[in-house]
Amino acid sequence: MTNRTLSVDNISKLYRIGVPQVTSENSSNPLVRVLTKPFANFRKYRSLYSFSEAELAGETPRNDILWALRDVSFNMDEGDIVGVVGANGAGKSTLLKVISRITPPTKGRLTVRGRVSCLLEVGTGFHGELTGRENIYMSGTILGMRKREVDAKFDDIVEFSGIGKFVDTPVKRYSSGMSVRLAFAVMAHLEPDLLIVDEVLAVGDVEFQRKCLNQMSEAGDRGRTVMFVSHNMSAVARLCKRGLFMRGGELVQDAPIADVVYSYMTAGGQSSAERVWEDMSEAPGDDSVRLHAVKVVGENSMPTGTVDIGHAMGIQITFDVLEPGHQLSPYITMVSDAGIDLFSSADSNRQFESEPREIGRYTTICWVPSEFLAEGTHYVRVVMRAMNRQMLVFRESDVVAFNVIDEKNSGFGTTWWEGKPKGLVRPNLDWTCEYTPPAMIIKG
Amino acid sequence: MSETPHDQPVVVIESKRSWAFVDFRELNHYRDLLYFMVWRSIKVAYAQSVGGLAWALVQPAIQILVFTVIFGNLVDIGSDGLPYLLFSTVAIIPWSYMSGTMSAASGSLIGNSAMLGKIYFPRIIYPLTPIIGGLINFSISLILIVAVMGYYQVTPTKNMLLLPLLFVMMMMVPLAFSLWLSSMAIRYRDVGIVMGYFMRMLMYTAPILYPSSSISEEMRGWYVLNPIVGVIEGFRSALLGASPEMFIRWDSLICSFVVSLLLCITGAIYFRRMERIVVDVI
Repeated sequence: MTNRTLSVDNISKLYRIGVPQVTSENSSNPLVRVLTKPFANFRKYRSLYSFSEAELAGETPRNDILWALRDVSFNMDEGDIVGVVGANGAGKSTLLKVISRITPPTKGRLTVRGRVSCLLEVGTGFHGELTGRENIYMSGTILGMRKREVDAKFDDIVEFSGIGKFVDTPVKRYSSGMSVRLAFAVMAHLEPDLLIVDEVLAVGDVEFQRKCLNQMSEAGDRGRTVMFVSHNMSAVARLCKRGLFMRGGELVQDAPIADVVYSYMTAGGQSSAERVWEDMSEAPGDDSVRLHAVKVVGENSMPTGTVDIGHAMGIQITFDVLEPGHQLSPYITMVSDAGIDLFSSADSNRQFESEPREIGRYTTICWVPSEFLAEGTHYVRVVMRAMNRQMLVFRESDVVAFNVIDEKNSGFGTTWWEGKPKGLVRPNLDWTCEYTPPAMIIKG
Repeated sequence: MSETPHDQPVVVIESKRSWAFVDFRELNHYRDLLYFMVWRSIKVAYAQSVGGLAWALVQPAIQILVFTVIFGNLVDIGSDGLPYLLFSTVAIIPWSYMSGTMSAASGSLIGNSAMLGKIYFPRIIYPLTPIIGGLINFSISLILIVAVMGYYQVTPTKNMLLLPLLFVMMMMVPLAFSLWLSSMAIRYRDVGIVMGYFMRMLMYTAPILYPSSSISEEMRGWYVLNPIVGVIEGFRSALLGASPEMFIRWDSLICSFVVSLLLCITGAIYFRRMERIVVDVI
């Protein structure tokens, strides 16, 4: 039997945004207005956080009320690692703040069993005038630890942060990287029953981010419940088993993480995996050639935002040639979510490097084989070369983005020795093997 | 990390705004935090200053000297037959504590709005921090009282036994006011604007610079409602009890205690009610 860590029952959170101005008609006299204004203000500030029954019922749409959360319900059990995804303003942060008791729900109730640590920010309670040692105690107790718990973990925290001999130096003399590392080291040594992490943690260098993610998944392995909010789909997909998809304050999907990531990436029609320039004058290019559209397509040539590692996919580029006589050749560069150029690929049809293109619309697809890209978000840079002029007509970075997932845990998948496969790409390579019987070796 | 169910408090967060008193169990869990908050406030206040804690002596000393020159020498305001320096020192030291902590504690929620929105802990720790932290400065400035009493060779009396009670009351007064004011200030910023006048009103309606004997007996019933009055009169009689004018005035003492206790209790309830929504209205 698993223990329920968190149960959220129909919580809603309302905010009053810009209370309508209450002006009395007979107050054209400025003096009257000055005198009556305080009473109006008083009513206004009093009503900042009180709502009538009708407003709470939400039957009549009111433009001065924002439903930051609307009837959200879900449960989390011990050991669950849940990712919360959604666009900006979908209510993710509000949900975290309600669960961590920073702000109360306007309606509904939630029950939390055990200790909650909420990491919305790195270094809450840090003060530049205090030394590293002092800040460890300050930050630790703010995050809910007792002094003796900090005592017990003090050496580990210093070790983890790598600040070494600077432990008795005021933090204001630290480099920004050092203070972030120290702050995170304190957080990493909390042992809450429910760990809530906002994506602000995604600061620092790649190595540090990896350390953060490992720390979180280890927390999950130890039976801690983790709730993780991020826009980084590869981190979410890698870390979490279950996902919550928020939109407009509502929980629209509570499902396995792959489904949720897919919903999020394809939500809203024109996803980031598809870019179309309807207005030619705004499209990248010049009078000779203009980009029209770039799409990420699946094996069936249909646009998609999420690609499974087991299927081929393509980058479809549509461009309009407006002047005759130009030798035009496009190429793409695939960029990882950490901003590293993975590879470039130019049009394999070499004829256009020497032959001018006719006026008209061209649609060309660069096919990427299956089992080649690693899991995670990828960005595409599209470049158009004019060979005759020896120039780049346009060079558009991050034109489209898409997510590679490993739904079936194919390949050598999760391994007990070092987790997921390493590297920026994950090609499926041919291996050969020859067998030599022992007798032959002895003979040789 | 074996955790028994006993270590796993179940917290139910509900929308309804109930009336509740201070959650002492929770506060007890966070007592180490309170300790570090107090300690941080002191450390930060004197960080990279040459004088350091010596300022806790210099600041009240200058104030006492100014008042003694103006009200004791230039304007003879009366001091119940005692030297004005002695008369004012025993009042200004506790008043400095009360006024300083009251201003700091009343602005404590507004001033920490960034932290309020990032992390939860019992919000009462914010106003408690300056009230407890101020005791360090106060203890140091007690040296001034001892020095002045030594200079005038004041003999202690058994009235000194009142001191522990007076220390408690001296803390209750700023706590009482700041529980109300800090939580009111989050919704109505007017509190911050009015604070300066309010502090001066409290000061002038208490016998800090002048003797309470100049208040007529008819007015005294109203006068003692200011809880500062009882504390200041108490300190004078506890420390200067050898002087016949400085007998213990139980009326003001009891009144001060009752008024500040009532304000503390109601303030704590109001604070609890407001702390829930502090992040939304701040």
